[in-house]
Amino acid sequence: MAKYLLLKHYRGAPAAVNDVPMDQWTPEEISAHLQFMRDFADRLEKTGEFVDGQALAPEGAWVRYDGEGRPPVTDGPFAETKDLIAGWMIIDVDGYDRAVELAGELSAAPGAGGKPIHEWLEVRPFLAAHPTVTE
Amino acid sequence: MDEALVRSLTPGVLTILVRRGADFAAAEDAVQDALVEAFRVWPAAPPRDPKGWLVTVAWRKFLDQARADSARRRREDLVEDEPTPGPAPGVDDTLQLYFLCAHPSLTPSSAVALTLRAVGGLTTRQIARAYLVPEATMAQRISRAKRTVSGVRFDRPGDVATVLRVLYLVFNEGYSGDVDLAAEAIRLTRQLAAAIDHPEVAGLLALMLLHHARRASRTAPDGSLVPLAEQDRGRWDTRMIAEGIGILQSALARDRLGEFQAQAAVAALHADAPTAGETDWVQIVEWYDELARLTDSPVVRLNRAVALGEADGPRAGLAALAALDDSLPRYAAVAAYLHERDGDPDTAARLYAEAARTAPNLAERDYLTRQAARLNAARRR
Repeated sequence: MAKYLLLKHYRGAPAAVNDVPMDQWTPEEISAHLQFMRDFADRLEKTGEFVDGQALAPEGAWVRYDGEGRPPVTDGPFAETKDLIAGWMIIDVDGYDRAVELAGELSAAPGAGGKPIHEWLEVRPFLAAHPTVTE
Repeated sequence: MDEALVRSLTPGVLTILVRRGADFAAAEDAVQDALVEAFRVWPAAPPRDPKGWLVTVAWRKFLDQARADSARRRREDLVEDEPTPGPAPGVDDTLQLYFLCAHPSLTPSSAVALTLRAVGGLTTRQIARAYLVPEATMAQRISRAKRTVSGVRFDRPGDVATVLRVLYLVFNEGYSGDVDLAAEAIRLTRQLAAAIDHPEVAGLLALMLLHHARRASRTAPDGSLVPLAEQDRGRWDTRMIAEGIGILQSALARDRLGEFQAQAAVAALHADAPTAGETDWVQIVEWYDELARLTDSPVVRLNRAVALGEADGPRAGLAALAALDDSLPRYAAVAAYLHERDGDPDTAARLYAEAARTAPNLAERDYLTRQAARLNAARRR
């Protein structure tokens, strides 16, 4: 088994095919979308492939160390950042092909007009903590 | 086996061990071990005297551990040299445990974890699941908390207000994992109310009951949020509401108003209204005035603006809102609601979308996005 991170972006990913902000959908279309997301996670739990999923608020800040005895420097909220993560799902699957298959299904979540959003999801393999035994 | 009943014995067993001379941290570990063993063996062989059983087993676990730690000398010193502390006059043991677990030297998250374990008798695993953190993390949090309070005298009364804040935090965490934290908070507050006669303890208990009574109606089958005005009042737990109102009334009769009693009074006025339209908003505004006087909290003033918008019309609400800092949490959501009621759906839609971007949780975000979508869709027609 191998773990993959599926990243959903607020900004920074290439534009989706059906790219309409959610507050311009109808309430029914929003319900259908949320139901799809829930069903997707439920299904992955049943197949034993779901690890975790979380959503992130759009606003955050940059923070860095500013030397001994000084408070950290903060910068933000960063409205101008090019790339912004909206949330993630971690899956534990047999391999890359399955991760891509699932990301493809997730990207088909319905959006405006009830049509698939075709949004781009970023698929990133975890670096395994333990070296693979190859002997 | 009634798990809550077993867990209700926890504080009594723990204080007996402490009185016999065990230090709090070791006693608490021993009680936890005894509880785990009880849950394992009681279903097949229930004891005649559950509390006696727990005391015996916990004391044995404590002694075993003290020996294993090669702390034998220390234990003997403890038992022989230090007189067993006698009961502090007028102060209940259980109450002392609440004070210790909510000690001001603890961070809120540590106080919550320690209270749930030492007073509530929950296992580390259950607490970890409820707060969605790894069990090892929660175990560390609890053992650090115990080290922090290790020097605190067990026989000095503490501040009830700190205990109430901890219990309210537990209540607001709601439900995740296999433990219903809201129900657990109610159980612990009930137990506290039995140990101390204090109007704010009663006020918090009433507030919790009045909120909890509406829980079934607060979410739709798909998990989405149902606002108060649209809730099916037939699904409210009327028995729990009656209990909450009864507790609140006798607390208010004592004429020592506090913030939890005032919040419970607002909740009681909502619970009392047969329909949303019959809500006594004028009285609710008055209670928010009391709350503002007691706490001077901007969140209270925000809630007051909503109530004023219902009592005196949306313009009055918007005027009250204008006096507040617009970076307050939920400011945009309140503004959106009042603008829609004032007949300005365009501004309302924009503000709902803005509110969704800054929403503190998913359920609220989805609700606010839906509100924006509803107004935008109506405008396109």
